[in-house]
Amino acid sequence: MSDTLPDDLHYTKSHEWVRRLPGGEFEIGITDHAQQALGDLVFVEVPAPGRRVAAGEACAVVESVKAASDIYSPVDGVVLASNAALADTPELLNQSPYGAGWLMRIAVDAGGGTGGLLDAVAYAALLAEESN
Amino acid sequence: MGLKTPLYDTHVREGAKIVDFGGWDMPLHYGSQLDEHHAVRRAVGMFDVSHMGVIDLSGARAREFLRSLLANDVAKLAAPGRGLYSCMLRDDGGVLDDLIVYRLGETAPGETAYRLVVNAGTRDKDRDWISARAAAYGVTVQERRDLALLAVQGPAARDHVAALLPPAQREVLLGLPVFCAVELGEWFIARTGYTGEDGLEIALPADAVQALWAKLRAAGVTPVGLGARDTLRLEAGLSLYGSELDEAHDPIASGLAWTVAFDPPERRFIGRDAVLRARAAAPAQLVGLLLEERGILRSHQAVSTDRGPGETTSGGFAPTLGRSIALARIPTGAAERVSVAIRGKPVAARIVKTPFVRHGRALITL
Repeated sequence: MSDTLPDDLHYTKSHEWVRRLPGGEFEIGITDHAQQALGDLVFVEVPAPGRRVAAGEACAVVESVKAASDIYSPVDGVVLASNAALADTPELLNQSPYGAGWLMRIAVDAGGGTGGLLDAVAYAALLAEESN
Repeated sequence: MGLKTPLYDTHVREGAKIVDFGGWDMPLHYGSQLDEHHAVRRAVGMFDVSHMGVIDLSGARAREFLRSLLANDVAKLAAPGRGLYSCMLRDDGGVLDDLIVYRLGETAPGETAYRLVVNAGTRDKDRDWISARAAAYGVTVQERRDLALLAVQGPAARDHVAALLPPAQREVLLGLPVFCAVELGEWFIARTGYTGEDGLEIALPADAVQALWAKLRAAGVTPVGLGARDTLRLEAGLSLYGSELDEAHDPIASGLAWTVAFDPPERRFIGRDAVLRARAAAPAQLVGLLLEERGILRSHQAVSTDRGPGETTSGGFAPTLGRSIALARIPTGAAERVSVAIRGKPVAARIVKTPFVRHGRALITL
């Protein structure tokens, strides 16, 4: 399992991933495990740029053929951008969960970071635990 | 660990995601529910429906018994091989199950025989209900646990099954009218389905179903799980027992008044008086909804109409339409424009005529 997880990302227990971009902002998405569990994604609602979000706050919704799932912000900050392509092509979340299927970019509050998030090894351990 | 059909190992080998459905371990999908849905609309797919129940009834008074047991009238089955969709009701009109009844050939002079195909989650309840009432008519009730059921659905379904048959049988199958069944060797083949497409449902000995699956698979038929089965039947506007239908609601409030045979009036079927009262009062109706804004309708969402509140019974994304649709139970006479609460937020929806989709085409204006 862990060999398929990008090791440059951080992860949450609710199956989001976080990538620190060169400019310092954080890119957020859902993991490959999450998209597989959800099945074909058919609708995505992302927050508008400028919205303030708190860590743990439900700020986006992804809906598959099966069910709706809340996406929780992994950090405190302000939404800089959201992935407009998902409105017409939600299947990007299935096809490229760590790439073209990104959900939003957040400017993290001063002092905020990846502390409290899982690294790839810890997330792999969580997945192994959940599958038991 | 739930009950398993004879095709369980085949599903696992095909890579199915297995889920519990009414106590059965069944395939949800084999990779992509959307691809499976489109395969049925555009070509052909096959579904293991062996979890459904097959109950055979026979006896000199089997016809008379079924005219009492079912809300639709088996007197309409003019010849062996004809099929009929019906509800089976409680005395108070609540729907115990929806089923298809086929008239079979005579087993002995003066005997009549019928086959019922009932839902998976209700098969034990149905058998007990039927058995408790059959004895008074001297009718034999036999649950056919020895049979498997495979549905082959889509515009190319009949050609694919016909190709497996010898020429004489092939001709019989291709000439089979809609809602009729024929016995070809050990296969009982009905031209019925639950998708809004042409297709067949085949009952055959449990030990023969794996070979049939393998042959159809080799011919390019797509395996389809319960996920796409649900979106296909929703687009076709067909009710699902446990969602649109249950013991708390009568057929009038479930969009199935057309399946209740009120004539002849002297036929005293179980639930008749209650359904007559419900027809006169008719406070609620089942309708189709099309979501006019972005989002996805789901079951059990609150619906607001000009005549009062209602609720969605099923909802989801309709792959053929690229839009979200639902079935909903709402007050009779409500105006076309309604709103549905999605995560507490009201969104606009419109009442539309069902089916939403039939034979691969949208029947509603998007």
